[in-house]
Formats: sequence, structure tokens, C-alpha cells
Amino acid sequence: MSIVPTPIARQPWRMLIPLIGLVVFGSLVLYSAGAGDWNRYASSHLIRFGVFLTMAIVMTRFGRDLVRFAAYPGYAAVLVLLIAVDAIGFVGGGAQRWLDLGFMQLQPSELMKPAIVLVLARFYGDLPFGMIPTWRALLPAGMLIAAPMALVLLQPDLGTALAIGFGAVTVMFLAGLPLSWFIGAGAAAALIAPLAFFFGLHDYQRRRVFTFLDPESDPLGDGYHITQSKIAIGSGGLFGKGFGEGTQSHLAYLPEPHTDFVFATMAEEWGFAGGLFVLFVFAMILSWGLSVARRSTDRFAKLLAAGMTATIFFYVAINLMMVMGLAPVVGIPLPFLSHGGSSMMTNMICIGTLMMIDRWNRRAPRGSLSG
Amino acid sequence: MGGLGTLLAGRLAWLSIAQNEKYQLESESNRVNLSLIPPRRGWILDRNGAPMASNRADFRVDVVPDRMTDPQATVARLGAILSIAPDALADVQKRVAAAKGPQPVEVATGLDYEQFAAVSVRLPDMHGVIPQRGFSRFYPTGPSVGHLIGYVGPASAEEYAKDKNPLLVTPGYKIGKDGLEKQFEQRLRGTPGARRVEVTASGRIVRELETREDVQGRPIQLTIDGPLQDYAARRIGLESGSVVMLDCDTGEILCMASMPSFDPNSFSSGIGSVEYAMLRDDERVPLRNKILKGLYPPGSTVKPMVSMAFLKEGLDPKATVFCGGGLRVGNRVFRCWKRGGHGTVDMAKGIYQSCDVYFYHFAQSVGMDPIAAMARRCGMGETFDLPVASQFFGTVPDPAWKLKKYGQPWATFDTVNATIGQGYMLSNPLQLAVMAARLASGRHVEPRLVRAAKRPPFAAADFSPEHVSFVRAAMSDVVNGPGTAGRARLPVPKVLMAGKTGTAQVVGLNFSDGKSGPWKYRDHGLFIFFAPFDRPRYAGAVVIEHGGGSGAAYPIARDVMTFLFDPGKAMDALRGFEQSWGGTAQQRLAAKYAAYASAAGIDARPLPRSEADIFARVDAEARLQANLTERQGDRAFDPRPEANPVSTGPVPGAAGPASTPSVSSSPIAGDSAAGEPP
Repeated sequence: MSIVPTPIARQPWRMLIPLIGLVVFGSLVLYSAGAGDWNRYASSHLIRFGVFLTMAIVMTRFGRDLVRFAAYPGYAAVLVLLIAVDAIGFVGGGAQRWLDLGFMQLQPSELMKPAIVLVLARFYGDLPFGMIPTWRALLPAGMLIAAPMALVLLQPDLGTALAIGFGAVTVMFLAGLPLSWFIGAGAAAALIAPLAFFFGLHDYQRRRVFTFLDPESDPLGDGYHITQSKIAIGSGGLFGKGFGEGTQSHLAYLPEPHTDFVFATMAEEWGFAGGLFVLFVFAMILSWGLSVARRSTDRFAKLLAAGMTATIFFYVAINLMMVMGLAPVVGIPLPFLSHGGSSMMTNMICIGTLMMIDRWNRRAPRGSLSG
Repeated sequence: MGGLGTLLAGRLAWLSIAQNEKYQLESESNRVNLSLIPPRRGWILDRNGAPMASNRADFRVDVVPDRMTDPQATVARLGAILSIAPDALADVQKRVAAAKGPQPVEVATGLDYEQFAAVSVRLPDMHGVIPQRGFSRFYPTGPSVGHLIGYVGPASAEEYAKDKNPLLVTPGYKIGKDGLEKQFEQRLRGTPGARRVEVTASGRIVRELETREDVQGRPIQLTIDGPLQDYAARRIGLESGSVVMLDCDTGEILCMASMPSFDPNSFSSGIGSVEYAMLRDDERVPLRNKILKGLYPPGSTVKPMVSMAFLKEGLDPKATVFCGGGLRVGNRVFRCWKRGGHGTVDMAKGIYQSCDVYFYHFAQSVGMDPIAAMARRCGMGETFDLPVASQFFGTVPDPAWKLKKYGQPWATFDTVNATIGQGYMLSNPLQLAVMAARLASGRHVEPRLVRAAKRPPFAAADFSPEHVSFVRAAMSDVVNGPGTAGRARLPVPKVLMAGKTGTAQVVGLNFSDGKSGPWKYRDHGLFIFFAPFDRPRYAGAVVIEHGGGSGAAYPIARDVMTFLFDPGKAMDALRGFEQSWGGTAQQRLAAKYAAYASAAGIDARPLPRSEADIFARVDAEARLQANLTERQGDRAFDPRPEANPVSTGPVPGAAGPASTPSVSSSPIAGDSAAGEPP
């Protein structure tokens, strides 16, 4: 303690060391995915991480009041950006998701993930405890969730809409809304799902679901992604084919080897061992996030921390399930490994928020009021 | 959260450890592309080891429609890059549209390196296009060997369904489609090589991993004399006909040329619809192998054989008959071709002057059965043990046969018809050549097409040696004595050729005089021959369809025989002819095709569904024609008086009642001997 300066020693190294390790590992994978070209994906991956880590450290300096104050305006601003995307955004990959800001292409739906968590944390943090099991706890929150989800679905981007919904529902659940409501909602969803499936989804989304159920039925068409991903992971074996030796990624059998399917690229070259390492690092980061939430002194911080952790978890869980053939193909990248600015930004905002709450926790020791 | 983590770890372990082997295999099968290298086909050699069918290295482009995103557009683009003629491109488009499953379609062969490279660099955006270095079949003498050797082509969907060998759908691989190429397919095929390459998902080859060379198919050595085959085919010239020659000692077939023919070189990439239309529309049926599938009334060429039967039955060759130009049989008068009559005729004169009356007379006393037996002994009606898809064996009529087939008793005039090779009697040119060889050698010569180790000499054909030498001498007189084919004398010192002329009439006298008028009404000309006459070495037969008489046949026989003894002299004669005909057979065929294609424009006449149908169709027509000829056997006929150069003009209706009502184009066989007096 004495040698290391206090500001550095105070950083949450329990999370940061595995995280940095993961990002460096990710840049190695991207170096290989970029056919041994450091500048193709890997260097920008590291640079972005550096920039957003700095941003996260700056965020830790924000005070609780400032964050509480920014919740509603921030949410509103992101909502405006989402409307702007639908109005003037450009189309890429069959969906209208991006805003060209000149220096970078911004995907506002990514920003909405932390924003929805923040605004709901603020909402439920403010809500008197007695009002929680009433309609007044549900209706405004429902509107706060419905608006961005609808806008994102219009793009159309089912994966991100679900991610937004997942973060929001996690916050609502932790806020103490009655369990029966969630069960009821779940039941309603089970009823609506078939209808939504046949009438609400786009053809390509429906096909992806069918393909997920039986990928081998069309190995050269829609099942191609899942099949090739499973081949990449499965052929890696215990310790992989070796760094730079992945044939599935290098010979372009694996689609999107540097973004959505980066885990498959990694697992092919590093095998089961590499996969376990990635899972272990995510487990450490997420458990740290939960511990931050647990140590929080007030409802707002607790909900915010849990919601941010849930958002990262959702990314990780859906992406890994997808690449291993446990979920349909939805375009969700793997945090800290996939190449891509917007997802790195979102996840680092989540990390930054957690680090910020961690700092709040250190300053004000755990209170006894909230359990 | 922890539960999901466990689930993911478990799934990861399942995929990468438990299922590792399966996925490793799949990853390898992704990465490694095993492609077969089509084996080089075995050569087909002539008796001296010269290739009649070989392989030429070239660059080629195939497409696999199954793997193409937009076959029509891609093929059109290839057409532009390779500057393929519009009619050929239209054919390719049709084949692409009809291709099923993994079948490749050939777009172009014989490309130069620049064209090959031009396609290769555009590969990334042309899926399913396969440019490669390969070999294509090459027949140096082209149409001369078309019917004999056949041709090769890509396997059809039906052939692939029958033999699920992946080689059949390897781009650039061709199987034998006709003739010897088809008969010896398995032997000629060889063993494919294989190349393992690492490929990207889009099919680009990253590197070669391993290559196993192909093993060329085994060669076949034929008994055919390549230069003689080519000479015979070219010597037929503008006529439609066939030449067969055998070695009398070994039975080896030295040449079997059927013309007009097709060029197997241009057939190998699939028959173009324009070319097919040209061949189909030709009344000379270039698609039919006339040696095995042309049936003709043998006409007077049977007379030496009939004489042999007479001798065997104990007829004294000195016995004579008076020919006054005809003979009354029952209530009909059968006429001799020579209306003025031959006077007193013995057996030798009957042969060399081809006197019909002599044979009318003695055939009645000997009867049909000994003649039919002798005909069979000489190879008529016989199917030979040869590596060919089918042979039409014709008819040797006898009383039992007629009763069985038509339910009618044998009549005397049937014997009379048959003794001079008409009526029901039909044979193919190979049978005529075998007959010549057996009569000449007195041995039971069996024709063979494939060179093999020495076999024991043929059994004697139970002709007595005196009879054989008598017939040889009489047949020599046909050419070298006072016979009907004086112009057939060989221009080779000390080698005398023997032979027998024949003319087969195809329509009644009231239709045509047999020598002029529409081509298809003219008489067939036939000639059987052997040389040297006293120690026969070579024997053969020439049949010229609608040649207007035997005068069209024996000059060809003379030149072909001359080629064996003095090729230089024979070639000089041929060069002179070819100058007036407009080039060699190959050149004329090419010129004809060019003219036809420009006249027809791009003709959209559909091809038969399968290539086998093309030949089945002409076979069927040949069979039909043979039946028609045979059915006319139940008539008396009237030998052509004008067969003699000093013709007196037609005398219609002068013969028996049966021939008079012949108004249709009924092919009535008529006998004659044509030619100038020596």
C-alpha cells in the first residue's frame, strides 16, 4: 500500500487486471483474424479500449447528484438520436442503425442500453417504497422502455431491442416489483410470442429462428453461420490449432470472424482452454459488478450497478449462446473481444459506471438502511 | 448467472472436446478441396503403332451450373471473353439449362494461354467456372475414322445415374460415346489422379497440398492399317459407301471405312445443333456406319459363292448352258442382263461375264438349300465376334426361313432370285469382304479388329483345293481376262487382283434407268476382290450406295489395293481426284459445315434428347429400309439391260408378271455387271 500511490491503489484492480488481460487477448485474436495484420483490427481495438478506459476513469469522478441529474436529459438526448437515425441515418447491412458523425459512425441504440438503465434506476430510486407495487411504478417505466425499443425495432434491430429490454427488466425486477407481475408478463409473452413470430418478425429473422432450430437443414444458406461457427469451435479441441493457424477464419468459411463470431475465431486457435479463460474473465468482471451493486448504499446506485452488470451479461450470454448454437443468430457482439467502436463504448460506459459507483461506495461506507 | 456460465462452459466442452473429431473432420473438408485429375485416355493405335486416337494438351473451360449464381449471365460473359461463336454459345446455353446436379458443361476447349489466363483472373466473381489445363481427344485423320473409332463426350445425366463414378462428373472428363471408344471405355479410361488444395470459402486456391498423378489408360492396338483406312475413306470421295479389307491369313481387318462420315474431333465437345442438322439432313446418312449397318442386296457378287456351291454339289464346271438373253422358268421369263445373250456359257464364263442365265439354269437343278448353306459358310447372315455395339446381319433366305417368316412355300423363282443375290438376300459389306476372304483362301477366316498374339491358322472351310483355285481363276478373269471389270486391273506389275462385280437395283425400271436421275433411285455398285489372285493375301469389298452400278465400286477397290502394294502410285491417283472434288474428306466436311452454318444462320432445331438417340435413329431407319428391301423379295425382277455400256434402252414390262405392277419406289434388286470390255 505504501509504495503504490493511493489513487492507483484505489482502482478496482480485481476487475481491471482481468479486463485488460481480456482486451489484450482480444487484440491478439483480432490480429490473427486480420490475417496477421496488426493495423487491420487489433491496433484500433487497443486504441479504442485506451480511449474508453480513460473515459471510464474520468466518469469515476462524477458525483452521485450529477449522475442523478443527468439521467432524464441523457435519456431524452439518446431518444432524439434514435429518432434521428430512423429519419436520416444510413443503411448498412440491411438495417438503418448508424449516424455518420463525420469522425465516427455512431450507433445510438448502443447508447440507449446504459441510458435506459440509468433512467430507470433514477425513476425507481426516486419512487417511494410504498408505491412500488402499484401501477404508478409500472406505467411510466413501461413508457420509458417502450419508446426506445419501438424505435430500435423499426431499424430493424431485434438484438439491440432485446438487450435494452433485458437491462430495463433487470432494473425493474431488482427495484422490487412484484414477482407475480413478471410471471404474468412472461405468460403473456408466451402467448404473444407465436403471434409476434409470424406477424411481427421480418422474414430474415424468422428464417434465423428456423435455422437455429435445425442448422443442418440448409448448411449453405441460412444455417451457414451457425454451422461454420460450430465447426470452428469444435475443431479447436483442447488447446486449439495454434495462434494464426485457424483455417475456418483465415479461409473465410467463418462469417464475421472479427465481430459477432470472434469467439469462434478465438476458440479455433486457442481451443477449450482459451474459451474457459474468456468465460472465467467474464465471470470475474460480472461478479465484481454484482459485488459493487451489493455494496451500494442507496437504491439508485444499487439499481444502476446491477443494471449495468446485467447489460454486459446480456451481451456475453447471447453472443456466446449464439456462436455455440444455443440461440438464433442475432447481431450481438462479444464485449471486449469483438472489433467495433459502439459496442466497446457501451461496455466501457457500463464499466465506467460500475467503477464510479465503486468509488461512491468507498467514500460512503455501506449503510444499514438498504439491504 | 453462474448457471448460465456453467451451461456455456459445458457446451464449449461438448463442442471442442467431445465432438472435436467430427468438427475437425468438417473443418478439414472445408479447407481441403480434393479434385480429381481426369486420366489421360489410352491411345488407339493402328497395326503399326501409329496413333489413330491420341490426346492433345490444351486449355479448357468448364462450368458447373449447379454452383453458379446466374448461369446464363456467366456463360454469356465467358462467351464474350473467349469470343465464342453465337451458335456454339447458344448450344452451350442449352446444355447449361439442361444440366442436372453436379454435371459439368464444357464451354470451350483448345484455348490458348491468353484466353485461359483471361478467364482465370476473373474467377473470384464467376462461381462455378473451372478453367484448367487438360487433354482433349485428337483423331488425326478425323472423318476417316469417325464410324470405326467413334468419339468421346461428357457423360450424360443418364450415364452418370448408371455409373455413380465421381469421375464422370469431373470437369473435362469424357467417356466413349460410340464405336471403339465406347466398347473399350473401361480399358481406355485409366486411373484418375487427385489434387488436394487448400481453398477459401469462395473457392480461391490458397496452395497445393498434395498431387497424385493420373495413370493413363491402356492403349489398344487395332488390326487397322491407319494410312490404308485414311486412304480408303478419302478414295470414296463424293460417293456414299464403304470399303472393307481383310488379311486373308489372319482375318485382321485392315480398313473399314464408311463415308460420308462425321469428324469425331468436332463431336467431342458435344454435337452442335447446326452440325447435327447438317448431318441429319444429308441423304447420304453420314451418321450411319454403313459397314455394319448398311444392308444391301449382294447382287452378282454372290456368283462365285454360288459356283462354289455348285462345285460342291458335283456340278461339272465344264457343263454349259446356252444364254439367249433369258430363261423361261415356269410361266415367267427371267432375263439375263445382257439382252443379246452370252451364247454358250460354262461356269467360268458365268462368273467372269456374270451370265444370269447360267445361274438360273443350274440353281434350279441344285436347289436352294445347298446354296444357302454355302452362303452361310461364306459368312453371309453371320454376326462376327467383333467389339462393336451392333451389327445388322441381313438375310440368307431358304425354304424353311420363308415358310416361317411369311407362311408361304418356297417358289422356284425365289431360288432364281437368290442365286444372283437378289430377292430376299441382304448382307452388309463386312460379310461380303469375309465371303471374298473365305472363297479366296479356302479357309474359315474370322475377322478381327484388335491385334492379339498369334493365333493358330483358320480351319479349312471344307472347299476342295481344286474348287478354290477354279473360282480364283474365274474371278481373276473378271478383272484380268474377258470379264466385266477390266478397268480394275492393278497398275502394279506381277500382282493380279481377282474380283466380282455386282449391281443392285433400288427402284423399278419405270422409275429410273439406275444410272442417272435422282441420286437415291440409282443402283448400288458392289465389288468383292482379293489379291494376289493365286496366293491371296488381301481380300475386301466395296459398296457404293446409288453409285449407278458396279462401275462406281471397282475403281475404288483397285486404288485401295494398289495403295497396299505401291502407295506412291495410289496417292498420285487420289491427289488428282481430290483436286477435282475440292480437297480431302476433312477439308470438304469443314467447308460444307461452314456453308451450311452460314446458310442456316443460327438454327434452333432441337437436338435429340440424348446422344445415343442420334445413332439409334439412323439405325432404325437402316433397319426399316432393309425390311422394305426384303419384303420386295417376293417378286421376279428384271435385270438392267443398260448395265451393258452398249445399252439399248429400257424395255419396261418385258419380264414376268410380278414386276410389271411395280409403280412405287419399291427397291427391286436387279443384277447387272457393268463396265467397259477390257
